[in-house]
Amino acid sequence: MRFERASSASDALAKVALAPDAQFIAGGTELVNWIRDGIAAPSLVIDLSPLPLRGIRRDGGVIVIGALERLADVAAHAMVRRDLPAVAAALEAAASPQIRNMGTIGGNLLQRTRCPYFRADAPTACNRRDPGSGCSALEGDSRHAAILGWKEACVAVHASDLAVALLALDAVLVIETASGPRRVPLAEFYPDESRPFGPETTLGHGELIVAVEVPLDVAAGRSRFLKARDRASFEFALVSAAAAVAIEGGRIVEARVALGGVASRPWRLWETEAALRGAPVSASSIDAAVTAGLAGARPLKDNAYKVELARRVAAAVINQAGGAA
Amino acid sequence: MPTTFLNVSLSVNGTGYTVSIDSRATLLEVLRGELGLTGTKPGCEHGECGACTVLVNGRRVLSCLALAATQEGAEVTTIEGLAPLGALHPVQQAFIDHDAMQCGFCTPGQVLSAVACLAEGHASSREEIREWMSGNLCRCSAYPQIVDAVFAAGRAIVEGA
Repeated sequence: MRFERASSASDALAKVALAPDAQFIAGGTELVNWIRDGIAAPSLVIDLSPLPLRGIRRDGGVIVIGALERLADVAAHAMVRRDLPAVAAALEAAASPQIRNMGTIGGNLLQRTRCPYFRADAPTACNRRDPGSGCSALEGDSRHAAILGWKEACVAVHASDLAVALLALDAVLVIETASGPRRVPLAEFYPDESRPFGPETTLGHGELIVAVEVPLDVAAGRSRFLKARDRASFEFALVSAAAAVAIEGGRIVEARVALGGVASRPWRLWETEAALRGAPVSASSIDAAVTAGLAGARPLKDNAYKVELARRVAAAVINQAGGAA
Repeated sequence: MPTTFLNVSLSVNGTGYTVSIDSRATLLEVLRGELGLTGTKPGCEHGECGACTVLVNGRRVLSCLALAATQEGAEVTTIEGLAPLGALHPVQQAFIDHDAMQCGFCTPGQVLSAVACLAEGHASSREEIREWMSGNLCRCSAYPQIVDAVFAAGRAIVEGA
């Protein structure tokens, strides 16, 4: 494995183009495990840590977070805590203090599924590891698997808490490419399940996330995040949820809601949002809206509990965001 | 895959080193294998247990997930360098006073994590300590004593300051 240090974003793009299996490394909390477990065996690794992709600043109506900002620093940042509370809460609920000191904002969004069959250290049928080998979770332990959107080829879930909060806040990724920067809404960054062996993000080889832009509005300032898990801390979500709600005259005028731990990507509850618009801030209207959003849920043999858990976590986070308004 | 070596310069416990390392080596492997500093423990080696916690530039990190090649210029503190030879850091003393270990394997990581937890200001209550020490598992389950030790060390440091 060759190791190179990037001196600039353009240098990083030039170097990664040298090998089709080249990988960037920032915090290393994912890539080192991929290499150790045989999930990746890059012939070239390019260290991004010398790059100045840092800083958290307000630029007009958005907060811009440098892609190499560490999770801990973003979570502790006064402006993030005040203006994007769901982001701060999601980050503080993620991983452990040590990992939050290492992992970066850009890298967090590129983490791969925690499905135990995907992460297995012995040969195990997994279409994401070995396309065509099958999905062990479908007939095996599906307790942590998806309830929404899945196809039989893969029932794994996306594990990022940060992505759930950013999705509810309509965040946009700034991606540097050889032909200049492009902007991708997070809602379009993770493909749907129509190509289950396909790429897990729309980030191409030779492209680099350089920043995350989060629009500032009243709802974002009152956003909330909740996470349900098997132990009180340092654990991935069974179900997580983020909500940003704006209220005028006792009625919801805008609601954005996302779920984590339920699908191969962070999942927007579009039907719930539509049902909430114009509704009063009441437990019954919120419950009805969430139930509508989860109407398409298809639990597997071990995870029927997730449908009820998702309903309760989503309703609770909408209530909290609405109550904060 | 052929092994590729490269040189990395870093400071460990105040001493400068330049080591020739496998590009795939972790900081944990360099500390133990190259520098003979075996106080830092390999536990799960997947970032799930915290036994390998060290301080890099004053911040607690997991040495099993830190690719050594990315640590050029880093200032690393391990359990061997926390206090002068023959002396104990107040957190180490508190762990002894509160019997905060059984087998002791997780203790170096617990102690370094606790030092950082206190420096971060995340030790104002037992509840806060439990949350902010959650990255360090203790399979003997000495958690109540560990929380007591961190809480007491925080008070001792404040009173001694």
